Amino acid sequence: MTAQFLYGGAGLILFVLGLWSFLVHAPLLRKLIALNIMGGGVFHVLIAVAYRGDGVTPDPVPHALVLTGIVVAVSATALALVLGARLQDEQRQG
Amino acid sequence: MPDVSLPDPHWADLPLGFALLVLALWLTWTQRDRAAVIGFTGYGLLVAIAWVRLGSMDVALTEAALGGGLMGLLLLTAAARLGEETDQPAPGLPARLSIALLCLGVTLVLAAVVLGLPSPAPNLVAPVASHQAVTELGNPVAAVLIAFRAVDTMLESVVLALAVIVLWSFGADRAWGARPRALHLGPPSPALVFLGRLLPPAGLIVGVHLFWTGADHPGGPFQGGAVLAAMAALLWLARLGEPPRVSDGLTRLGIVVGPLLFLLIGLAGAVIADAFLDYPEALTKPLILLIEAAKTLSVAVALALLVAGPPELPGPMPPRQSGRAAKGVTP
Repeated sequence: MTAQFLYGGAGLILFVLGLWSFLVHAPLLRKLIALNIMGGGVFHVLIAVAYRGDGVTPDPVPHALVLTGIVVAVSATALALVLGARLQDEQRQG
Repeated sequence: MPDVSLPDPHWADLPLGFALLVLALWLTWTQRDRAAVIGFTGYGLLVAIAWVRLGSMDVALTEAALGGGLMGLLLLTAAARLGEETDQPAPGLPARLSIALLCLGVTLVLAAVVLGLPSPAPNLVAPVASHQAVTELGNPVAAVLIAFRAVDTMLESVVLALAVIVLWSFGADRAWGARPRALHLGPPSPALVFLGRLLPPAGLIVGVHLFWTGADHPGGPFQGGAVLAAMAALLWLARLGEPPRVSDGLTRLGIVVGPLLFLLIGLAGAVIADAFLDYPEALTKPLILLIEAAKTLSVAVALALLVAGPPELPGPMPPRQSGRAAKGVTP
């Protein structure tokens, strides 16, 4: 199960890289990208857990969870961007 | 099909994993915001390829269309709107050291948890496979989404509709009823207009095909809807069409028809079948198709509107004098 280990481990590292980036960078865009990298790391781990070897049917339940998660992540990002734009506008008007 | 022997997929693992990590590392280190946004779009596609390698075609399609494509468009239009926000210099050494320590701790805890998972991991492959025949769906992920975990999927379609409502509510009051204008990014280049004429007919077919084939093969309402939404966004970007007005009744119907139909059929299930979101046996497949068709439409409309933004954006985009006057009118 090297593939599972490799991609699961990559997911873990992605999560932590995202966390680092989220804490270090100030601009909203960078924070959102960092959050999405963190989320992507979680998805990676879930999909690696669902993987059961080549030619074997993977577990569909984590797949469905991740699919749902991606759609929610995109909705949340869209909302965060509008909140950010609104905030910038308020600040500009002082 | 000619008999072509493909190389062993294991050869892809190391370069793919390496590329993923290097790109993510660059995304977290670079100081240039716009470059990070563009890099993130490419990162989404790379993630999708990695997931194809792990046998999750459905998720990979979703990630490529949504996580890479539409998310990239969202972030790019936001980057254009928010202006060049210069990143402050990185926090001081003590702050960075403590953040690094925190990250290290989180890594160790997560690694312990993930490595502590039983191997092979417990799974629901057998229960899904044994009950899948009831739904008459050949795609196990579709069966989980629409039948076995239908509550999740229904709530998710509600989330999409709510996201659009909240997004609209952030528009300026004076612009209520106007057209969204987040995609008004100056005059489109001839290449974009050409693409806007060339792609949508094919994209329309691909989107509907993804929805239809999702019953038995990778695909489904979310993937199909995302492709359709991308086509609408392309038309609006190329100025070959305008997003509908916020007050447009048909648009609003399009947003809610998916979740509403899902909920109504689910409630009916409590009466004519055994439970909430249960389908009567004779009607299972037709009902599932009906829900998925409505959901594809709603996902497409909602995603396209999320990209199109609120009716009038706060910020420098609208040419008219914004702010003070409207502020006085607002209760």
